[in-house]
Amino acid sequence: MVLEINNVTKRYGNFTAVNSLNFTIPEKEMFGLLGANGAGKTTTFRMILGLIDPTEGKIRWEGKRIDYSTSPIIGYLPEERGLYPKLKVRDQIVYLARLRGMDKASALKELVNWLERFKVPEYLDKKVEELSKGNQQKIQFIASVIHKPRLLILDEPFSGLDPVNVELLKDAVINLRDNGTTIVFSSHRMEHVEELCEHLCIMHRGSPVVEGKLKDIKRSYGKKNVAVHADFDLAFLDGFPGVTKSKTTTEGRILQVTGEDAAENILRELVPRGFVRKFELMEPSLNDIFIEKVGAAYE
Amino acid sequence: MNKFFIVLFHTYLSKLKTKSFLVSTGIMLLLVMALAFLPKAIDYFDKDKKDTIGILDKPGTVYEPLKTQVQAINKDLKLEQVENEAAAKKLISSEKMTGYLIIENDADQKVKGIYKANSISNSTIPGDLSLGLSAVKSSIAASELKLTPEQLAQLNTPAAVEQVALEKNAKTEEELNQARGLVYILLFVIYINVIMYASMIATEVATEKTSRVMEILVSSISPVQQMFAKICGIALLSITQLVLFFSVGYFAVKQNEDAMNGSFFSFLGFGETSITTIVYAFVFALLGYFLYATLAAFLGSMVSRVEDVQPMIMPMTMLVMIGFFIAAFGLTNPSASFITGTSFIPFFSPMIMFLRVGMLSVPVWQTAFSIGLLVLTIVLLGVFGGKVYRGGVLMYGSSKSFRDIKKALQISKNA
Repeated sequence: MVLEINNVTKRYGNFTAVNSLNFTIPEKEMFGLLGANGAGKTTTFRMILGLIDPTEGKIRWEGKRIDYSTSPIIGYLPEERGLYPKLKVRDQIVYLARLRGMDKASALKELVNWLERFKVPEYLDKKVEELSKGNQQKIQFIASVIHKPRLLILDEPFSGLDPVNVELLKDAVINLRDNGTTIVFSSHRMEHVEELCEHLCIMHRGSPVVEGKLKDIKRSYGKKNVAVHADFDLAFLDGFPGVTKSKTTTEGRILQVTGEDAAENILRELVPRGFVRKFELMEPSLNDIFIEKVGAAYE
Repeated sequence: MNKFFIVLFHTYLSKLKTKSFLVSTGIMLLLVMALAFLPKAIDYFDKDKKDTIGILDKPGTVYEPLKTQVQAINKDLKLEQVENEAAAKKLISSEKMTGYLIIENDADQKVKGIYKANSISNSTIPGDLSLGLSAVKSSIAASELKLTPEQLAQLNTPAAVEQVALEKNAKTEEELNQARGLVYILLFVIYINVIMYASMIATEVATEKTSRVMEILVSSISPVQQMFAKICGIALLSITQLVLFFSVGYFAVKQNEDAMNGSFFSFLGFGETSITTIVYAFVFALLGYFLYATLAAFLGSMVSRVEDVQPMIMPMTMLVMIGFFIAAFGLTNPSASFITGTSFIPFFSPMIMFLRVGMLSVPVWQTAFSIGLLVLTIVLLGVFGGKVYRGGVLMYGSSKSFRDIKKALQISKNA
């Protein structure tokens, strides 16, 4: 167990930004922190980084507090993208890397490697303001990982990137994890979290609403989805016992069912009626869980 | 290297390399040199502008002694005998002559003169001529009275009134006038230095916040450390500029010292007092910078957009300006009691105390007390500013009012 968030609460006056948050992140794992805007993700990250202290509770990295003495082993990519617009990529990254305890020569060497890897070696002597937003983001990502941190915090790392660059960055993140970096990241994009994280926590208005292993969360959620494509009218399925939601698609319907039993009953009902082109039982998506949990909390 | 110095040198070097800094410093140095070479230039253009004055000597005996006398008074005046008024007028209209003097004996057989010229706005020529003519008249009278030249000299010696200041080390009137010019220039240097670099700090902080680099910076170096490293980095920049300014000024003035002596520019001569004044200027410019830079840094940390910087630091700019105006007023009356009073108020003292030490002989304890108070304020402001800064840099939104200082302090306290 490497990073421990123990019963952490943060209050600003009467406003509770984060309410009794609890989780532990094992080493070499990727942890996803999900939540709507204003859920308290950034505040949580700032507390992990030691920029602000929790009102209650403890945050420990290998049993120690995180402060400026640990900054060389921590990397941070803030949600708001930002670099010095007037500085050259070289000067900027070397400066930031030196603040993380690297020396000039190795920082420059690493930077060149990373630029090669992101297929943009020509950016070394360009000013940041001359780069496109997506490319600025790559540079900023390099700034957060150049010193080979052991704990990496990524706040919305993939927002605003095209699919090719998302893949490029995702590969880099997976590579870092395989090399032993513990990564915490937040995202609005559920498919990225599903793809990358073993553990996750969904926050809503400062409180954790779902927390645990992705598989366990899905299993305990219980509900499953069924996709049906058939040559006949499927309207009768809407009121079928065990169906909680129904959505019409171009070729058929997607149903949310209470469990595998309900799915089996539906299949039995369908077969005598005619030709069924497709019948698929699917795991619930994280998106469904998120919408239901956060949506329920809104109500 | 220590993170403090990484930030310090990064700030210093990246600012040093900017075009705006290089250009403004270059222009300033050119101005200093131009000022130092001005007397020489004026001399050069004045060289062939000798005024020629026609003399219509009716008694016939005055011209030669008058010429000798006038030569001694003003060597740029050239006298030339003319035949009659018509000839003189012709020479004047062809611009070969400035004016002419008719010398005649009046009813009492005393020498008198009438000066005629196109314009009588130039007051030095008639004055010099009158002086010369008086001397000639005295010597004529003396020879009539059969006085020896020694007796004449005795008669002409004025009674001397010597001025002695009761206060020890007090500056003489002449020194005071000399000091005024130098103090005025240095006051201006302090004023520009404080305004320019303090607002540079505020803009720099706001830029880091706007571009959100701040979030990365504060996660690797403590905000307070970063703030002071930045202030010191810019201070180094300001010192670089001041040293350049003073040393180029010093050498340029040294080069032209001869031309300056006795002229309007004599105040720039470097006597012992001037050196002390310059050292004081340096100290006060630096202390003033640190005071206002600390203020500017935390004010800058409160805004989220660079455009909001100017309104935010406006009250601070006003404070500097008020100090400057009080000091400018004090130039004519440095011992006024409200000048003495304000010279202890930390926000004004960098300029007003400097004015006093430059113009008067201020007791050492007063200077020390003023500087001590200033340093204390800087420290207090540093501690307070550090706290606001710590919260301010994490605060985003349309914050540009002073109420937000409270909010920032709260964030900082919770942090």
